[in-house]
Amino acid sequence: MKLDNKIILIALLALLTTKLYAEPVSGYEYIKPETRTMQDDDFSNPGLLAVDRGQELFNKKYETDKTCSDCHGKEGEMFNKKRLARYPMYRNRSNEIITLQKRIRNCQATITENPLQTDHPDLISLETFVRNRAHGEIVNIQTEGPVAEEIKEGEKLYTTRYGLIDMSCQHCHDFYPGQMIRGQKISQGQANGFPAYRLATGEMANLHLRIQQCMTLLRAEPFATDSKEIEQLGLYLMSRSNGLAIETPAVRY
Amino acid sequence: MIKIKKINYFVFLLIMFYINSIYASSGSIMTVEEKYCKWEVKDYAIEKPLCGYIGNAERGKAIASDGSKGNCLACHQLPIDGIEAYGTIGPPLAGIGSRQSEAFIRLRVVDTRNINPMSIMPGFYRDPGLINRPGIHYIGRTFLTAQQVEDVIAYLVTLK
Ligand code: HEC
Ligand code: HEC
Repeated sequence: MKLDNKIILIALLALLTTKLYAEPVSGYEYIKPETRTMQDDDFSNPGLLAVDRGQELFNKKYETDKTCSDCHGKEGEMFNKKRLARYPMYRNRSNEIITLQKRIRNCQATITENPLQTDHPDLISLETFVRNRAHGEIVNIQTEGPVAEEIKEGEKLYTTRYGLIDMSCQHCHDFYPGQMIRGQKISQGQANGFPAYRLATGEMANLHLRIQQCMTLLRAEPFATDSKEIEQLGLYLMSRSNGLAIETPAVRY
Repeated sequence: MIKIKKINYFVFLLIMFYINSIYASSGSIMTVEEKYCKWEVKDYAIEKPLCGYIGNAERGKAIASDGSKGNCLACHQLPIDGIEAYGTIGPPLAGIGSRQSEAFIRLRVVDTRNINPMSIMPGFYRDPGLINRPGIHYIGRTFLTAQQVEDVIAYLVTLK
């Protein structure tokens, strides 16, 4: 009898954990076959325009006569791909989440008086170019140490309900991946493809914009650009993608 | 005097234009702001119609299938001809009128979390004070109006 209970308990726990901690699956597996083809073909993937634009900006001379490529190479070949796959990082010294675009902006600030605003389309192009350098690398977010606290905060935000639609991110992306919401197949909401080209808007979206777009869909007030919340939520989403290959620029709904 | 009237008129027009553009851009869910009517749960059901309104099944059918209103089809299959895209998140609603009582269906639509706290289904007439971070155009509002909820219920009850 006792043993039976134990077995049932273990079975239940196993069931629960498989449901909640299922293997990460890229959004690529959920999109339509023709969208996959579009992403895989360099001539039809619209995200590559952003990569090109990013490279142009990467090699642009600022008023100081300096360029990003001075330090990182014309093609960004001096970047350490393994390191790129670890963004967003956590800087213990300043207790701060460093997103890739923040890192780019900080670099920019050393060679120009006017670094780009967060989420500016040009900054997203730069982010796309840089992230694309690590295409195929495995997302590898550090989850131990002081960063764990931030990831936990992000998870709390992920499981909180928002807006008139009154759902949490978890509702759709953990409980119902593979199900249809009207004509759209819900994925796990993984972050490995971002910045990605969105068919729905016809524009590039980095992870922060994508989060804001889902929140608007929930008829909620999205977390502001540069807010602590959007960084924590983005960090949590990316940590869920640990083990997936970077697909930037992905093509997504 | 005439001047003030004119200005008032213009301000009115401006406001109407503004409101219209909000609805046009955000996929309107309500056309009039109305007072929130409190409701009471007993035995997993709401006996009394919201604000005492009487529902109209014809209108309810339209609301249930309209993407910007009930959008029930986002998650449920409904027995309506010619609709191909629907969701598979909730159970199909054909026959719901013979499976469940009107009062139970009312609570399901109004605020389903009284039945299942983990439910993914939105509360269509949830107390606006309980909504976390409503979008700026939706503050103090319910998803559907009381009349719309009653219309949807009147429709669901006919699904025998
Ligand atoms: C009502 C359902 C729903 C809720 C709730 C929801 N989303 Fe989404 N989300 C979608 C749909 C539909 C898509 C597009 C299809 C897909 O990729 O899943 C999407 C896509 C995404 C993607 C892109 C995934 C990819 O590979 O393209 C991310 C990231 C995301 N959502 C994050 C969030 C976050 C963060 C929240 C909470 C603030 C949230 N979502 C809440 C429905 C939802
Ligand atoms: C985002 C998803 C979603 C939307 C939108 C939605 N529902 Fe549901 N609904 C569900 C789920 C899931 C259930 C199953 C029970 C639960 O989880 O609460 C359900 C259950 C129900 C039930 C009970 C069915 C039964 O067999 O007992 C009724 C009635 C219902 N919904 C009506 C509606 C109506 C009417 C609308 C639109 C005005 C609507 N739902 C919109 C997800 C949704």
